[in-house]
Amino acid sequence: MTHVVPKSTYYMVFAALLTLTAVTVGVTYIHMGRFNLIVALLIAITKASLVVLFFMNVKNSSPLTKLFVVAGLFWMGLLVVLTFSDYVSRGWLAVPQSWSSEHKTPNVLR
Amino acid sequence: MSSVPLVHEQPITPEGRTVNYLNVRHSIASWLLTVDHKRICILYLVSITFFFIIGGLAATLIRLELITPGGDLLTADGYNKAFTAHGIVMIFFFLVPSIPATLGNFLIPIMIGARDLAFPKLNLLSWYLLMIGAIVAMGALFLGGVDTGWTFYTPYSSRYSNTYVSIAIIGAFLAGFSSILTGLNFVVTVHMMRAPGMYWSRLPLFVWALYATSLIQILATPVLAITLLLVAVERSFRIGIFDPALGGDPVLFQHMFWFYSHPAVYIMILPGMGVINELVTCFSRKRIFGYEAIAVAHVALAVISFLVWGHHLFVSGQSIYAGMVFSILSFAVAIPSAVKVFNWTATMYRGSISYDTPMLYTFGFIGLFTIGGLTGLPLATLAVDVHLSDTYFVIAHFHYIMVGGMVLAYLGGLHFWWPKITGRMYPEGWGKFAALVIFVGFNLTFFPQFLLGYLGMPRRYYTYPDEFQVYHVLSSAGASILAAGFAIPVFYLLWSLRNGPMATANPWGAKGLEWEHTTSPPITENFVETPIVTEEAYHYAPEQEPEIVGA
Amino acid sequence: MSEPDTIQSTNAIPEPPVEHAHAHPAFQHHFDDMEQQFEASHLGMWVFLVTEVMFFGGLFAAYTIYRTLYSAAFADTSRHMDVILGGMNTAVLIGSSLTMALAVHAAQTNARRRLPWFLIGTIALGSVFLVVKAFEYTHKWHEHLVPGLHFQYEGPYAAQAQILFSFYFIMTGMHALHMIIGIGLLTYLIVKARRLAYSSEYFTPVEMVGLYWHFVDIVWIFLFPLLYLIGQHNLGGGHS
Repeated sequence: MTHVVPKSTYYMVFAALLTLTAVTVGVTYIHMGRFNLIVALLIAITKASLVVLFFMNVKNSSPLTKLFVVAGLFWMGLLVVLTFSDYVSRGWLAVPQSWSSEHKTPNVLR
Repeated sequence: MSSVPLVHEQPITPEGRTVNYLNVRHSIASWLLTVDHKRICILYLVSITFFFIIGGLAATLIRLELITPGGDLLTADGYNKAFTAHGIVMIFFFLVPSIPATLGNFLIPIMIGARDLAFPKLNLLSWYLLMIGAIVAMGALFLGGVDTGWTFYTPYSSRYSNTYVSIAIIGAFLAGFSSILTGLNFVVTVHMMRAPGMYWSRLPLFVWALYATSLIQILATPVLAITLLLVAVERSFRIGIFDPALGGDPVLFQHMFWFYSHPAVYIMILPGMGVINELVTCFSRKRIFGYEAIAVAHVALAVISFLVWGHHLFVSGQSIYAGMVFSILSFAVAIPSAVKVFNWTATMYRGSISYDTPMLYTFGFIGLFTIGGLTGLPLATLAVDVHLSDTYFVIAHFHYIMVGGMVLAYLGGLHFWWPKITGRMYPEGWGKFAALVIFVGFNLTFFPQFLLGYLGMPRRYYTYPDEFQVYHVLSSAGASILAAGFAIPVFYLLWSLRNGPMATANPWGAKGLEWEHTTSPPITENFVETPIVTEEAYHYAPEQEPEIVGA
Repeated sequence: MSEPDTIQSTNAIPEPPVEHAHAHPAFQHHFDDMEQQFEASHLGMWVFLVTEVMFFGGLFAAYTIYRTLYSAAFADTSRHMDVILGGMNTAVLIGSSLTMALAVHAAQTNARRRLPWFLIGTIALGSVFLVVKAFEYTHKWHEHLVPGLHFQYEGPYAAQAQILFSFYFIMTGMHALHMIIGIGLLTYLIVKARRLAYSSEYFTPVEMVGLYWHFVDIVWIFLFPLLYLIGQHNLGGGHS
C-alpha cells in the first residue's frame, strides 16, 4: 500500500537532524543580533521539513496529503501574520488632530 | 419515477413492515451505541431541539425584560446572564451542530452513494462530546450562570467576573471538539467514499456546502479551543496573558477569539445555503443555475471568511490601517453570497414553482438572508461601524442571517427530508401555516431592532430611554408570535410520526440518490447495491441540456 | 439515474452483499476494500494533524506577539533556560522519532517480532524526555518561576517575564500532554503488536500513531529555539 522507505534513509535523516540540532545550539552563542532568530527559525524549518518529508513520508504521499499539509501551514501563517499586522501597523496612520492625544491607540508596552 | 429496487424483496419485520434503519432494532442500547449515521442524526435532532428550547427560554427572559424601559424583571447581573446563556446555547449547542449534525449526518453518505461516513464510531463520539459539553455548560448556567457574554472578552472573563466562566469554557471546548470531529469525518468521507461515477462535479451542492463548512470547522475551531483554554488558565492561576494590569493585551484575545468566531458564522450559514440549493432546484423543477459558480462560491466563502475577522475589532484599538484592510476584505466576502442569491433567483426564473412548505421556507430564506447580508455592508464600512458597533443594528443583522436564514433553511430542510428520514409525511396545511407565522413573527421581532440600533440603542443593556420603548414592545410582541411559530412544527412533526401518511420513496419527485435509490426510511446500509452514477446533479430537464458526445 | 438499468446488475433480484470470506479481521464493512479503509484513515489522521497545527498555532501566534512587544524582557529571561539540557532533550526526542519510523518500517516489512521493540524504544526515549522536563519544571518551581505560584522575578521586566514563563509552561505543558497521550497510544500498539495484530497487510494503526508522534516531535523542534535559544545571555552556557 505505501511505499517502503529504506532504513538507510531514516538513519541519514536522523544524522542530519542531530547535526542541525547541534548547529542551532552552537549558533546561539554567536551574536548576530536579529539574525539569531532568523537562523534559528530557518534551521527549525529545515528540521521540520526533514521530519515531514521522510519520517512522515509526505515525499511519497498523494497530492491530496501534500495539499492538506501545505494548507495547514498556510492557515497557521494567516493567523500569525494577519494578527501581527495589526500590531505592526498601529503607528502607520496618523490620528486626526481634533481627537487629541487622549485618543491615541493604546500602547501595550509598559 | 421511483426506482427503488423491489420493495417486496426486502425483509419484513414481525409486524409486517419492511425493515429499515428505524425499526431494525428497538433497544435503548441500539440507539445510544449506534454507529449508523442516520440514527446519530436522530440523536442530534432530539438534542438540539432541546437546546433550542433552552436558548429560547433565555431569549424569552430578555424580551420580557425589554418590554419596559426600566430594569424590573431581572437585575443587571441577571440580564447579563440571560444574554450570555442565550448566546452560548444558541451558537455552540444549536446553530453550529444544527444542519451538519442532523441533515449532514443523514444525507452526506447517501448523497455520495456510501454506506456510512468514513468513521462511524467517531461520529457517535462527536454526539457524546456535544452532550457532555452541554451538561457541563448547562451546569454552569444552573449553578448561577455566566455574565461575560458569549464572547468572553478579557479581562472581565479572565479576572473580574465571579461567575462560572471556567466551567462554561469547558463546555464550549467540548462542543468545539465535537464540531472538529464532525468536520473531519465529512471531509474524509467526501474525499474517499464517493460511489463510482460520483465525480466532484456531480455532487449535490448540499455536499459541496457541507464540505466547505467542514473545512472551516477543522481550521478555525482549534484556535477557539486554545484561546478559551488560555482564559481558563489565566483565571485559575491569576497570570496575565490577556490582562493589561499584568502586561497582557485584551485586543490579542479579541484577535484570537474572532479568528474562530467570524468563520464560525459561516459554519452557521453555509449548511443553510446547502439546503436552499436542494430546495430551490427541486421546487422549481429545474437544474440549478450556475452549478459550478455555486460550488466555487461555497469554497470561496469558506476561504475568505478567514480574512475578515478584524471587522469585529474596528473600535477596539486595532490599527486603523488593519481596519481598512479588513473592511475591504469584508466587502469581498459578500460576493460569493451574492453569487448564490443571484443563482437561486435565476433558477426560479422560468421554473415550474410549487409552493410546498419547504419552498415557502426557501422564499423566506432568500429574502431575509439578503436583508441580513446587505445590512452587513454598513457594518463592514469602517466609519459607519463606529456609529453602529455594539448597537441593536448588529443584533438585527446577525439574527436576520442566523434565524431568518439558517433556522428557516433548517426547518425547510427538515420538512423536505422528513419523509425520507421518518417514512411519514407531515401535514402540509400546518406546515404552510407555521412557516407564515414564523415569517411574520420573525420580521416583527427583528426589523424594529434595525431602527433601534440606528437610533443608538446599545446591545446588552437592560434599561433604555423611554423613546425606544415602542420598538421594543413591537419586538417583544413579534417574539411571542415567533415562539408560537416555532412550537407548531414540534407538535405536528411529532404527530406525524404515528399518524402521518406513509411516505413513498420519492414524494417530491426530486432528483438525487437519496430520493431515487433508497426507501423512505432507508435500510441501514442505505443502498441494496452501491449505485453507479451516470448523470449530472439536478437532471430535471435533460432535453434542455447540451448534448455531450462520449460522456 | 432514475432507470433501474443504470444499476450495474441487470438481475431483477438484487444480490445480497458478498461475504468477504478472506477479508482481514480489521476490515470495516462500510468501506469498499482495505485500500479505501487505509486511505481514509491516512487522510483522517492528516486532517487531525491540521487541527493540531491550528491549535498549537494559536499559542505560537500569541507568543509571537508578546515576544515582539517585549523583546528585551524575553531576552532577559533566557538566562533561566538550560540550553544544553534542552538541546540534549531535543536529540532524545528526535531519536524517538527514528525508532518510531523504524517501527513503521518493521510493520511494513512484516518484521512482526521486531515491531514491539521499536515501539518500546520510542516509549523509552519519550519517557526520558518527559523525565528531563520534569526536572526542569521542578527546578523552575524552586526558583519561583512558575507563574501564579509564588512567582518572583528580579529586575524591571517582572510582568513581561511572567507572561513569557506562562507561555513556557503552557506550550511545553501542552506538548508534554500530547506526548503522554502518545505514550498511551504506543502502549496500546505494543499490546496489539505482541499479539501479532499487525503485519505488512495491515499496519494502519502503527502508521497513524507514527504520524502523530512525528507531529509532536515537530512541535518541539519549533518550541526549542523559540523558548530556549532566544537571547543574548547565553554566553558561557545558561543554567536552568
